[in-house]
Formats: sequence, C-alpha cells, structure tokens
Amino acid sequence: MHAFDYATPESVADAVVMLSDHGKNACVLAGGTDLIVQLRENRRRTDLVVDVKKIAELNALSYDAATGLTIGAAVPCYRIYGDAEIAAAYPGLMDAARLVGGTGIQGRASLGGNLCNASPAGDTIPPMIVLSGEAEIAGPNGTRKVAVEDFCTAPGRTVLEDGEFLVSLHFPAPLANSGAFYRRFIPRNEMDIAVVGVGASVVLSGDRSSFVSARIAVGAVAPTPLFVREAGEALAGQPVSDETIRRAADLARDAARPISDMRGTAEYRKHLTSVLTRRVVEGAVQRAKE
Amino acid sequence: MSQNGHKVIGTRPIRHDGVDKVTGRAIYGADIQLTGLLHGTVKRSPHPHARIKNIDTSRAEAHPGVRAVVTAHDLPQIADKLADLGEAIVNLRDASNNVLAYGKVLYKGHAVAGVAAINLHVAQEAVELIDVEYEVLPHVTGVLEAMEDGAPILHEDMKTTSMGEETDKVSNIANHFQHKMGEPDDGFAEADVVIEREFTTQTVHQGYIETHNATALWNEEGQLTIWTSTQGAFSVRDQMAEILQMPVSKVKIVPLEIGGGFGGKISVYLDPVAALLSKKTGHPVKMTMTRDEVFEGTGPTPGSYLKVKMGATSDGRLTAATAYMAYEAGAYPGSPVGAGAGCIFTPYDIPNVQIDGYDVCVNKPKTNAYRAPGATNAAYATETVVDEISEKLGVDPLEFRVKNGAKEGTRRADGPVHPRIGCIETTEAALNSEHYRSSLAKSANGKVRGRGVASGYWFNFNGGRSAISVSINPDGTINMLEGSTDIGGSRASIAMQLAETIGLEATDIKPYVVDTDSIGYTDVTGGSRTTFGTGYAAHATGQALIREMKERASKLWDVPADAIDFEDGVFSYRDDAEKRGSFKEMASQAGDAGGPVVAQVSTNPDGSGGGAFATHVVDVEVDRETGKVDILRYTAVQDAGTAIHPSYVEGQMQGGVVQGIGWGLNEEYIYNDDGSMTNASFLDYRMPTTLDLPMIETIIVEVPNESHPYGVRGVGEVPIVPPPAALANAIYDATGVRLRDLPMSPPRVQKALAENGG
Repeated sequence: MHAFDYATPESVADAVVMLSDHGKNACVLAGGTDLIVQLRENRRRTDLVVDVKKIAELNALSYDAATGLTIGAAVPCYRIYGDAEIAAAYPGLMDAARLVGGTGIQGRASLGGNLCNASPAGDTIPPMIVLSGEAEIAGPNGTRKVAVEDFCTAPGRTVLEDGEFLVSLHFPAPLANSGAFYRRFIPRNEMDIAVVGVGASVVLSGDRSSFVSARIAVGAVAPTPLFVREAGEALAGQPVSDETIRRAADLARDAARPISDMRGTAEYRKHLTSVLTRRVVEGAVQRAKE
Repeated sequence: MSQNGHKVIGTRPIRHDGVDKVTGRAIYGADIQLTGLLHGTVKRSPHPHARIKNIDTSRAEAHPGVRAVVTAHDLPQIADKLADLGEAIVNLRDASNNVLAYGKVLYKGHAVAGVAAINLHVAQEAVELIDVEYEVLPHVTGVLEAMEDGAPILHEDMKTTSMGEETDKVSNIANHFQHKMGEPDDGFAEADVVIEREFTTQTVHQGYIETHNATALWNEEGQLTIWTSTQGAFSVRDQMAEILQMPVSKVKIVPLEIGGGFGGKISVYLDPVAALLSKKTGHPVKMTMTRDEVFEGTGPTPGSYLKVKMGATSDGRLTAATAYMAYEAGAYPGSPVGAGAGCIFTPYDIPNVQIDGYDVCVNKPKTNAYRAPGATNAAYATETVVDEISEKLGVDPLEFRVKNGAKEGTRRADGPVHPRIGCIETTEAALNSEHYRSSLAKSANGKVRGRGVASGYWFNFNGGRSAISVSINPDGTINMLEGSTDIGGSRASIAMQLAETIGLEATDIKPYVVDTDSIGYTDVTGGSRTTFGTGYAAHATGQALIREMKERASKLWDVPADAIDFEDGVFSYRDDAEKRGSFKEMASQAGDAGGPVVAQVSTNPDGSGGGAFATHVVDVEVDRETGKVDILRYTAVQDAGTAIHPSYVEGQMQGGVVQGIGWGLNEEYIYNDDGSMTNASFLDYRMPTTLDLPMIETIIVEVPNESHPYGVRGVGEVPIVPPPAALANAIYDATGVRLRDLPMSPPRVQKALAENGG
C-alpha cells in the first residue's frame, strides 16, 4: 500500500473542491469496505482519500409515505434495515442490505458505496434499479440526477466525472399492490459473491390476478448490473401465471451476456438467470399479495 | 470414574491451553516482537513454468529502508538427498529449490527472492523493484496431460522409475509402482458383477486459519534461532541444517502455538529465507504469508485421476479389484499416491488385487500432506464403485461392507497383515445407528433428498520417536515438557495418560511444548501418531516415576524398594499398613530422599499405530435447478481404539468431516489457461461455513489397539476420507445420477443432472 493523504470535508461544496483539485488522483471513502481492501491490495492507487462521512447530506435517511425514501450515500446498511418503517416499505431493498458482507460489514457498508464500486455483482444494485432508484450527484457544475440503471458504465466505472461524487439515493413511495424481491445464487450459504443475482418489482391489479407493471434487473451476467426492461414489460397487462412468469424469465436469460470465471460458466449463469428470475418474480408477487 | 477402570482416560477435563487460546493470550508466530526486528517478504514467479535468465536486485537494494535481498544464489547448492519428514519423504535439493527457485520456476507463486526492510510496506515496494528476466516455457497442470509424450517437461534430468528400477525415459512421471496380490483376472472371471469407473479430483488446500510465518535470528556466533508455527520443530531444525548446510547444534527451533496444520506445516518455506536475511543484516527478520501466498506458494494436496474396477459374486462376495492411480506431485516428485495405494481397498477383504500408482510432476505448487494424504482421493473412487455394486446386487451397502470387511489377519495389497482392527465393528455401528435406521422423505420444498454411506481407512503411523521430561513439584503436581507440538488437543491427551499412570488428575499435570534445545528428538505431530506415540512415552514416563518414587519411599521408610506396591495411586509397604502414601503425599517428602524428582523418557515403539476405520452416513437435499447440495444430517462413526479425551476425538471427527465436505462439494484450485490460480482467497476457494453444515453427529467405537498400553489409535485423519464418496452416493440416491468428478459443485451437479435427466 502506498502513502496517501486523508481529508474529511464537512460540506458538499468543500468535498467538490477537494475532488476537483485532485481529479483522478482522489477517491471517495464512505464505509470503506471495498476501497480500503483495494488500496491495501494495490488494486487501486490514490494520492488523496476524501472521507465523506462528516457531510450531513451523506448521512440523511428519511422516509415519507407520500414522497418516498432518501438515503444519504454514506448511510450504512444497518441503519436502513434497522428503521422498522423503511424496512416494512421496501422489503426488496432489505433483502440486499442484509446480504452485503456480514453483520460487521453492514455496520459500515453503504448502498451508495456499493453503487459507486460498480461491481457487476453488487448485490444492492439490481433491487435499487427495480425500485426506480435515482442517484443525486454533486460536482463542480452543481447537482444532477441519474437513474440507478444508467449509473454503472463498466466494471468499476460509473457516470461520475472528475470532481463529482454521489450525495444520495431516492426511491419513490411504494404503490398499492406492489412487491419487490431480491435473491442471489451462491454455492455456499454465506461468504460469497453472487454467481447471479436477480431483483424484481411488480405492481398487481386490484384483484391481484394480473400484472400492471414490472421491472426486472440482473446482476453478475454483464459488465454492469443489467436492467432488463423487456422482461418486465412482457409481464405488464398479463395474468399472473407460471407461463407468463416463465416467459419473462426466458427474456431475462436471453438478455444476460455473462462471462465464464471461477464463480461459474457463462452457460450456467444463463441457466441460473432463468431459474432465479422465475423464483424472484414469484417472490415479488407473493409480497404484493401480502 | 470412566469405563475400563480408568480414572482419567475417557473423561473430559478442560484443556490446559484452553484459557490462553480463547482469551487471545496464546503466542502465535505473528505475535513475535524482537528488538531491531526487520520485516521480510517474498518475490514470487508470475509464470507457471519459466527459465530464470537473470535476477537484478540492484534497484530493490537501493530502495530506502531496504536492508537485504536474497536469492537462490545465497543458498548452498545441495546434492540429491532424501529426508523423511514424518508424513512425506522429500529430496532436499528439491526442498531447497522450492524455498528459492534455482534455474527454473516451476509454478506460479514459486519464490524467487526475499527482501528484508524496516517495515512490511517498504519490503513490498522493494519486491516490485526486483527485475527478473524469464524465458517463459510451455506449462502443464493436468495429471493426464503431464503423462503424455510430448508434454512440457518440468525436470529435464528426471527419468521415470518404474517398478523400482530407473528407466531411460525422461518424463514427468517420477515413479510408477505396483502392488499385486492373487490373480485379478481370475477374480474378475469368478465375479457376477464387475464395475469399472473413472474419477477425477482437483487440487485442494488444507486451509488452516493461521498463515505460515517464521522469525529468524542469526546471531554473531552463528547460532540460528527460529520462532515458527510448525507441526514438527525437530523436522524444521533438520531441514534448516540440510538446506543451509550447517550443524543441527547451531539451529534452535522455538515452536509457537499453531493455528492449524493438517499436514501442511511440516515443510519449510519462509524459515530459510528469513534465516538468510537475518544472516545478511545481523537483525532478526520476521516473515508472514498472506492468504494468496499460502494458496499459491505452499503445499496443497493433489488433483488426481483414478480408474477403479471391482468384481463381486451374486452372493455378495468381493473377488477382485484393480486400481490405476495417477496423482499430481506438483513441481517436485512426492505426491501421496503411495499412501493412497495403501488405503484404497483396505476396508475390504479382497483376494485378488492389483494397484498401479503414478507420481507425476505438474506446474503446480509441490503437494504436501493433508489429513490422511492420498486416501480421500482413493476412497472417492472405491466407495462409489462399492455403492454401485451393492445396488446391482440388491443388498444394503453397509451390510455388503460388513460381509466383505477387513479384520485381524486380512492382508493389505501393499503387504502388511492387519492386527486387531475395528473395521467391521465400525460399519456395524453405522448400520445400527439411529440415523441409518431413520426414514428420509424423498422430496421436500421442491427439492429431492437422498442418503449415502461410505467407509475409509488410514494407517496411523506406528509411534515414531517421542521424548518427555518431567519434574515433580513438592505439591505433587508435575511439569511435563514435550516435543510434540499441539495441533489437536495433544497437550491434554498426553497429560491425561501420564495422570492415569501415576494416579493424578489431568489438571495436576502442566504440559509444555518446548524448543529443540530443551527436549529429546520428537517426530512431527502428523500421521495421527502423537496421542499414540507421545502418549506411549507419557505412560513410560509414569512407569519411571513410579519406580523412582518407590526408591524414594524405600529410603524414607527404610524398607526394601521391591516390597513397595503402587496401586490405585497409592504407594504402600506390604508388611506395614502404616507405611503408605498417595503420589502427592510422597512427592512432598521425596525431595528429602535424594533431591528433586525428575524423569526423562524417550520411546520409539515397535507396534502398530492401530489403523483407523471410519464409516459415514449423510442425508442431502439437492436443488435440481441450481445443482446446489445441502446437507441435512451427517453421522460419522469411527474406531478410536480408546478415546482418551472423547470431546477431542469428536472434535477431530467433526473437523475431518467438514474438510471432507468442502473437498466434496466446492473446494478446488481453479486454473486459467495461463496456468495461474484464479481463486487464491477464501472468498472464491469455498470452504464450508457454519451456515453450510448441520451439527456433525459422532459415534465413537472402541476396539483397543493391542500395541498401546491404553489401546490408543490415532483419530485425526481418517474422518476426512469418506465424506466425498458418501456425498456422491447420497446425491445419486436423491437424483439417480452418479458424479465421478470432484468437486460436486453446483455447476457440475446441474450440468450432470441436465445431461442425464436426473
């Protein structure tokens, strides 16, 4: 590990100045559960680490049944699932927040950090996509908003420009008769990175017999977490049935373009995408009915 | 009082080293701090096979904070010489070249140079400044590919030894041997059912929690001291003396607590490098491996290819068996194929057997011992074929094993005849277990369920050299010094045998594992020998103390020593009931009659380590769509001879099972086409976590070993042998598909089920 400077700005504006001054030679620290490991293992090199945990906006956590949920980019997972009201309103997001690392890691790791790390296998990203999450970004030119599904551009790469950083994430309030679900497949029952992860959200008709709309996103099967718009659209207006769900699962499988690596072959990942999508949509439907 | 009239043996006292270990006070290698300590690290090869054209260390040496750099040129060049490390025989020239590569690198991760600096960060920076010029050579990592004509050759001067004779053929096959008994062709002709199957297993690692470490101080007098984590301090001393070409009297090894070894902490890796760096700098140098260095730079156990053929008559009698066993040695000769061949058919009484074994070099780390080395690969093949034969014959697989089980007088294909063993008793205990007799629903929650069984054998090495030195305190407690490092509760199991012999409590004995200058030569803690062999020495020590105490009593009471009896922990004079005293009572007076009471004993028993047999029962649940296998229930049955401390016997059984489950389901070195391991971390090298396992149930069978005063058999290794086969048989029971390639990981299982309509 190489020596670097460490700064703790207390305002968004100060952080923007520091990051702008150092450009690519600076990096942002929230929980540090990815960053510190990367620095220690020389997978990343930096001159300046900007710790954003002292900025108020980055620690905000608020929920309103009318306007939705705002999560500061540095809010650790335990605070999110530790809030009973938020946990009840967004169970699909909690599926992932409770999965990241282990209990100790969840005391530090944030959804914002998981998104900015931009791993194709990041567990919280598919559920953020299917819940129509929006990222608020601060930078030298003010703030801008980007949909979560457009945030990651390649493994480890995002839409963030030099001097920019993620401030918060916003999710609309859940609709009536809606449900969301996230599940990943790992060979063991703990301590693994997703071979495939699938998130789904559905809105059912009043009698819960058909889909009004659906969103499906898949992790670890493409260079970025993948929003499979067509799989969700294929469910809209269709009856809730094994057949319609299988069709959506096949579309998700077809959209997957995985690689073969030590976590699974491409063929196996495509197969799992179909299996998991079916199970996850069924899980989301079940929650919508509850 | 426990059974068999024992007072201490068979009870479960708290271990002597327990409090310091659970409170974090026990001293491990990474805890060592010395004045003037430097920190070292290793430069490793990025290539699986390459000629070293040049190593330029000048930039590293000029780096601020760097104190020394060493390469193989700092090591004495050694002629070929074989050394027995206890669980494996190694060529010391190979051992030297494995410590620091000379001429060629033979696997990715092969050490090329060492650096000592003022701190670890500087040392790591300096490693990047060592310029090594390589001529990259074609590599080979698979055992069958390495055996082919035209395969890249690792050792240009290595000629195959075949059936004990050196041939002219240069190849990666270091050795081919054969064991033959009876006429297998005739045996198969008698058989009504003959099954022949091929199996593959992958390289797996012991996965001990504590990584390798060594701190060396080479002082101004040329005295070398090493603090390290090892299974055998004397083995390290001897390796250091040979590799560094110095007298053993100039080397002292201080063994620290050991965070797991399983056979992998016998060979030296860092110790000679730290020693050379200390010699060059005049400072103590500490080196500790990272996890990826442990995976890529130490000794895992081999991948293998096996073909096994077995035949049985329609009335359920095995008539013949043959095995072709090709094991990867890694970079240098010396796979455990010989041990595997000694175990492969040993749970059975088969009149006609032929076993052909091949030791094959490949561009992977030099393999090393791992808990019953070679036997798990072998049992995976045999026990799966036995399951298939039982099914074809329509007989219960455990009843088939009982009917064909090895017993006293049965000859092993590699020669030895069994003494009294508990093979059949163990299988019967499994057959009669509540688990095996319980029913299992064939499906639940959309998943299918099945039950499998398998057996296994491990030799248990016969004793070996052990030394014990004791001194008696006036309060009758005993300080017991031993040379056996404690990797599985052996302080307790040895102290208990001494306590039993002299009528004390386990807590009256204070066991200490000491350095190589403080005790007589003691062989490694390995081969499941320690509770047997050093326990044997503890019993002999107890006998010596009783003799000495009788002498003291004779003086104190002024009576003849041969008229003093020792029974139930009490010394007494036959002709006067007033003259009597317990060991403790006598200890308080004994010093007045000849000074402090001490004793030193060393032993090297002739008898058998006992031979260990195990039979396991497992229930699994298989998700057909994902290929994931979950374990619902697991019972391990094993003959322990006599369980000295039953909790530690159970712990060994459970630990072995868990490692076997990992080997069976997920663990493997995954290689890229470029010959590099892609999963050198605990994230992607998937050992089971607590959430992947049920409580492992245990049943201890006790058929005493006649070669040990208390009937001890080694228990540590055999429990790893049956699990992969038991799992394969359970997966078959659940799905109707047989898996013959390890690991039976989700992608493999899913593919096999999809291809075979399971």
